[in-house]
Amino acid sequence: MIVSRRWLEALLGQALDAGEAAAQLTMHAAAVDAVVPLHQDLGDIVIARVLEVRKHPNADRLTLCRVDVGGPDGPVEVVCGAPNVQAGKVYPYAPVGGTLPGGVRLERKAIRGVESNGMLCSAKELGLGQDHSGILELATDAAPGTRFVDVVPVADHQIVIDVPASRPDLLCHKGVARELAASLGGVVKLPEIPSGQAVRRSGDATDRPPVRLTGGEGTVDGVRVSLEDAEGCPRYIAAVIRGVRVGPSPAWLVGRLGAVGQRPINNVVDATNYILLELNQPLHAFDLAKLRGPAVVIRRAKPNEKIVTLDGVARALTPEMTAICDAERPTIVAGVMGSAESEVTTATTDLVLECAYFQPTRIRRTRRALQLSSESSYRFERGIDLLGMPDAARRAIELIRAVAGGELREPPLDSWPQPVQEATIFLRPERVARLLGVGIERAEIERLLTSVGFFVAPKDGRLAVQVPGWRPDVTREVDLIEEVARLKGYDAFPDELRPYRPGTVPDAVLEEAKARVREQLARAGLYEARTIPLGPADGPEAVAIQNPLSADEAHLRRRLLPGLARRVEHNWANRNRDVRLFEVGTVFRMGKGEGEKGKGAPEEWHSVAGVITGSQRPPHWSDSAKVPDMDIWDLKRHFELAVEAAAPGCTVQAATGTGAGWVAVQRGGEVVGQAGSLEADSPVWAAPLFGFEVRLETALRDVAPYRPLPTQPPVERDVALLLPAGVTAAAVAAVLARAMGPLLERLEVFDEYRGAGVPAGQRSVAWHCTFRDPTRTLREREVDELLARGLKALEDELGVRRREG
Amino acid sequence: MRDLLAALTELRERLQEIPQADERRLSDLKTEILGRKAGALTQILAALPRLEPAARKQVGGAANALKRDYETAFAARERELKHAGDAGGAGAGVDLTMPGRARWVGGLHLVTQVVDEICEIFHELGFTRAVGPEIETERYNFYALNFPKDHPALDAQDSFYVGGDLLLRTHTSPVQIRTLESYPPPIRVVIPGKAYRRDPFDASHAPVFEQIEGLAVDDGISFVDFKATLATFARKFFAPDTRVRFRPSFFPFTEPSAEMDVQCRICQGAGCPTCKQTGWMEILGSGMVHPAVLENCGVDSEKYTGFAWGMGPERIAMTRHGIPDIRLLFESDVRFLAQFARGPR
Ligand SMILES: [Zn+2]
Repeated sequence: MIVSRRWLEALLGQALDAGEAAAQLTMHAAAVDAVVPLHQDLGDIVIARVLEVRKHPNADRLTLCRVDVGGPDGPVEVVCGAPNVQAGKVYPYAPVGGTLPGGVRLERKAIRGVESNGMLCSAKELGLGQDHSGILELATDAAPGTRFVDVVPVADHQIVIDVPASRPDLLCHKGVARELAASLGGVVKLPEIPSGQAVRRSGDATDRPPVRLTGGEGTVDGVRVSLEDAEGCPRYIAAVIRGVRVGPSPAWLVGRLGAVGQRPINNVVDATNYILLELNQPLHAFDLAKLRGPAVVIRRAKPNEKIVTLDGVARALTPEMTAICDAERPTIVAGVMGSAESEVTTATTDLVLECAYFQPTRIRRTRRALQLSSESSYRFERGIDLLGMPDAARRAIELIRAVAGGELREPPLDSWPQPVQEATIFLRPERVARLLGVGIERAEIERLLTSVGFFVAPKDGRLAVQVPGWRPDVTREVDLIEEVARLKGYDAFPDELRPYRPGTVPDAVLEEAKARVREQLARAGLYEARTIPLGPADGPEAVAIQNPLSADEAHLRRRLLPGLARRVEHNWANRNRDVRLFEVGTVFRMGKGEGEKGKGAPEEWHSVAGVITGSQRPPHWSDSAKVPDMDIWDLKRHFELAVEAAAPGCTVQAATGTGAGWVAVQRGGEVVGQAGSLEADSPVWAAPLFGFEVRLETALRDVAPYRPLPTQPPVERDVALLLPAGVTAAAVAAVLARAMGPLLERLEVFDEYRGAGVPAGQRSVAWHCTFRDPTRTLREREVDELLARGLKALEDELGVRRREG
Repeated sequence: MRDLLAALTELRERLQEIPQADERRLSDLKTEILGRKAGALTQILAALPRLEPAARKQVGGAANALKRDYETAFAARERELKHAGDAGGAGAGVDLTMPGRARWVGGLHLVTQVVDEICEIFHELGFTRAVGPEIETERYNFYALNFPKDHPALDAQDSFYVGGDLLLRTHTSPVQIRTLESYPPPIRVVIPGKAYRRDPFDASHAPVFEQIEGLAVDDGISFVDFKATLATFARKFFAPDTRVRFRPSFFPFTEPSAEMDVQCRICQGAGCPTCKQTGWMEILGSGMVHPAVLENCGVDSEKYTGFAWGMGPERIAMTRHGIPDIRLLFESDVRFLAQFARGPR
């Protein structure tokens, strides 16, 4: 919402500092996003009086003017091209060295051989309009040399307010002025409307209150008004104004609207816009001559009823929408937009003025269904002042007659089948103290609430508070407590930390699990990534978004890996070759069974994934060869680390099927993770890409028990074994462990070899064995016997023999 | 005696090991040769009293000379090693300004760091972490939180729907409801997690973002407690002298509602482009829990009061670290991630 400082000043009857006003609004009502000065760039322009006008010696169209600009050096010579320049009149003048709007600096220069000292300005040159036909004639007694902005009221400030959905009262100047009056002091009074052509007779219908109807049917000045849809339109005031002359608005009205960024249209429309911005009452004026009947029927639209709205689009209505119709068809989509046909034009002489209240949710649904918003729908949706409508109608009629003439033969007709009064809410001062933590005097509470229009009366130790019609957001006691707090100012409350009781909610196990995994993988040299969980479908069970922003972000991810692979490609595109990323995040899939959210509802869980590509370690100048790239053995180790942290009970096993890879298997046999090579769009210089993903278990972790450190020395043996095809290292280790028993402390593979000296189809795997007895020193002979036993078992069970030599 | 002389000759040959020895080897050699009990030379010297006087003189002279030579050599090598450790030293021709050997490091995402930091601060103020699902029902996401049906307040919550009344939560506030339904007061929780809004991805909006919600409910919690808790957080998170201000706002689930700003860290309140000339930066939306929310969860709203707030760790990270575009936080460029890489806390 943009408000004009000058407009507020007119309502408050006092000068305002825009910055101070903005600060008060921000701290007590609603945040001000910006304060925009208007026409402050006219500071160099001064008032000048033309003393004498002569012909330019070298050009017919130009004149030479002797101009009093108020300077100490006396009058100056100015070359002027405007046809309307006259001796004795007053114009805006830009001196040499001065700056015009748009930043043009004026220099002394000769025009057709005669030097010109500055320039007399047109409205367009000053940024005050489009008129460039002549210089701007001013009606002022101000002395020459006086600053233009001090004489002509064009300098203003726009105050841009971020009005929350709960505060429709701040969508107009009166409402904003009311808040400023409360915080700065003062009274809000509607300014006199400058009278134009309006001729007021005594007993004029404008001065009489609207004729109130509690039924749905009536007539005003020959127009039948029928309120059939009182649910969609609880109150409808109609007036007929005859004999208007539609034309341009007077300057003051154009100025007011222009100050808040609205273009003038014609005097009738401008008048309704003015009332909208002054009182937050949307109005609609439509051409009586085009009304069949003549009748105004407020009813639900018929199925598929058609209307061409003001924007030229043909629209189909539904019975969910309220339409303002003539005897035959809709002329307005109620509260949203009128038809092009019923619009007020320069040919209009008689008009119907609508001042209505439309039900907010009805307007919201209509606006959404038609995808059509307007200033009016915005306000109706938030709720206007149901009780202030007669005053708004009266002021609108007065304004229209002031700017466009016309007469009101009959008082307006007010259809209001079920009248309501201001709501009353009871406020307990002790509740104020309890919620705000500080006692506030009853008198203070009363003063604060009264300052913004609440009517307060003490009753049985409580305060009976009447809520004005412009505050539909205030419906219960706590809303009044908020009013007290904000009017007093939130900063007025202390912020001392007081004792509190500990809460009953245990810290989330999931967050601990996520932290544990992140720690593990970051320590292993991976960077944490955060990717967008939306993307293309990555399988038949992908959860579809019903209203996606784009087709390639129309599904929720089922796995993290595809997203991470895209991130690796992004890094490759930036020539980053060493990329190690992980993510811990939510994944989704279509559910099968019955869940908390109903049958077949999507399921979600947490997943951990990582991708690695590039060198095994950063190169160092002392390296004798290039550092090798990461391979499947780096992948296996990272996968083991991830599984250990994310799914502690699981084992990592070789995957069956094609290609090298592993799976993480739960005790029950369920596969909860995989690791392997990844396909990606890689540049030629990229290293192979590997990835892993494992489902995050949120179970609490077992506490690690202490194992006594050994005090006895170990005995070590290296042994190379010949493994026939099909025999795995894991199988060899299992046999050795069983055959050699608990004295075998550790088994480590330290080499693998195929080639000369090893039979074809076999391989040699070398093991480093560590033996230890925790209670005594082992003898060499004992160890030799153990080893022999192990080797025999290997030969018997797996056909594995020791490699000699 | 001849044995002893032979042993001395052998020991003298080993003198040449000293200039090549590193610190560890040097210490071993010292023990081996000059060790107080088992040192080879020490034992020879200890055997002298048992020799004939002539032999004692011959062996003794040689042994003591060798001992001096060893002592000199050890001292020289020790000095050399010590000197080599000095910066810029070029002992033995090594250029010690050459780069050291690195290993890969990883790190937590900046947003994770900020989330952890915030949760940690609130943990000190008695808050535990609570979490909930990302797919929610309209009831949990809107209506139990006192959003009226068909109200303009819903406009700022443009949501992705996944079927029926199920949607991707637009804030982590539904976990307020889940917590109030599951636990009795006193409640003190912070709720980190992802939220989704149907905003096109641009420099300042992401369709998915991180949020931290907070909730405290108990008998007697007031606006003063609310202000104190959040102001304390701001001073712990930013700096002890951080200035904060609270101003009116609107959220359906709080009443009174407030926005908390901290004084702009860049211009110290004077006004600059980052704070849009206001001198303040918006940090979080907050307020006293609306009694309707408590009532919707079956909590006695006369007896219990509370406060709640929500904030965006991405935006806070961008503010604090001067990151101009939110997309940088999702692109996962390793050069960006490395700038903020900090190990596990
Ligand atoms: Zn700033």
